Amino acid sequence: MSFLPYAVVAYVAAIGLYGVVTSRNLVHLVICLSVMQSSSYLLLLSIGSQKDASAPIFADVPLGTRAVDPVVQALTLTDVVVGTTVTALLLALAVQAHKRYGTADPSELRPERR
Amino acid sequence: MSDRVRMGVFAVTGVGLLAFLLWGLAGLPDFGTYRGPYGDILNRIAVPERSATDVVTAVNFDYRAFDTLGEEFILFAAVVGVTSILRAMRGERTRAPDDEAAGRRVPETSLAVRVIGLGLGPPTLLIGIYIVAHGHQTPGGGFQGGVILATALLLTYLSADYATMRRVGPTWLSELAEGMGAAGFALVGVAGLVAGGAFFENFLGKGTPGELLSAGTILASNFAVGLAVTGGFALMLSEFLQQTLTRRRGRGRRPRARRT
Amino acid sequence: MVFARDPLRQAMLASIYGLVLGLLFFAWQAPDVALSQTVVGAVALPLMILLALAKMRGGEE
Repeated sequence: MSFLPYAVVAYVAAIGLYGVVTSRNLVHLVICLSVMQSSSYLLLLSIGSQKDASAPIFADVPLGTRAVDPVVQALTLTDVVVGTTVTALLLALAVQAHKRYGTADPSELRPERR
Repeated sequence: MSDRVRMGVFAVTGVGLLAFLLWGLAGLPDFGTYRGPYGDILNRIAVPERSATDVVTAVNFDYRAFDTLGEEFILFAAVVGVTSILRAMRGERTRAPDDEAAGRRVPETSLAVRVIGLGLGPPTLLIGIYIVAHGHQTPGGGFQGGVILATALLLTYLSADYATMRRVGPTWLSELAEGMGAAGFALVGVAGLVAGGAFFENFLGKGTPGELLSAGTILASNFAVGLAVTGGFALMLSEFLQQTLTRRRGRGRRPRARRT
Repeated sequence: MVFARDPLRQAMLASIYGLVLGLLFFAWQAPDVALSQTVVGAVALPLMILLALAKMRGGEE
């Protein structure tokens, strides 16, 4: 049970990578890339997690109660927003590539670059 | 590289990578046990030191404010990238959006949708502002609240039409918000320098934890980041919408509306 | 979600996946992350995917 989150991380990363490699559509590729990113969020959060510990917000919880790691959550937080922005950038690239070359298939795009 | 070769290479390297990944992950401490010192230290001292009850936001905007500066500018750069990539290419014209194209009958948004949009719009705005403002006390902060505010803008598009959204949230306003937010955040850091401390030093007075006006510069940074994220996402969403609805190929083929 | 080849279906699945992740983060006592993940992954990301798809489809006519 205790290895399960890490196994899920590895599984998600592997599946995402497989999707990127075998993609037939640029948009599908970008989505798989964001899936791989989400596996990194999972890893970060599962590192900081503690059994029977509450969230690191002390607004109504007395100081001194055990809480999970806030550093790791802070990292993941900005990671999520920035990741979406970068995905948006990639989607814009995909749209533009489709406009220029008329196809959204990565393997058909390659010969044109030569 | 043909497909077969690619799949072959991937099969080999993918399995190898997966093996390494699992091996590395196996070396981690079990899920649920946490050994690092920083988390516990931070949990203990963040509230007395910075009067911010939300330790995660305190980490983001105070202890590691420098990282947030970098991330803020990643956001900025990505928004600039999207805007410049999706500019009109040679051979494209800007047509009136679907809703106004002559001779095309677009179903009027039903009354129910309009009412729901109208009803949900202001509360979303309020919730977004609340989450931005209370970032240092309760879960939330600039990033989350900013995205919520951007979706409030989106609601006007969904419930009304494109022209209304343009009127409610014009491009120059989003651009202004984006720029001012990013600059504001950097200014907060510089102000820390000016006030005689380190970059991003938390120099404003810290009230008692639990009050709205506490935690010093964290409050100011929250607002700056909220502004920047709202402007950024609104810009990106409107760029994508603009692409779909108004830019057509040179020959002006009949566009298909976005699926609603 | 990787195995759904049609991008449109993928967009819906991406939204559901984002929601599930948000719930998971919530269960892991990470409210901030859950908040941002839910808002971003269930709303903003599928929206942009849909718009990109609509744009690409509109050009294919």
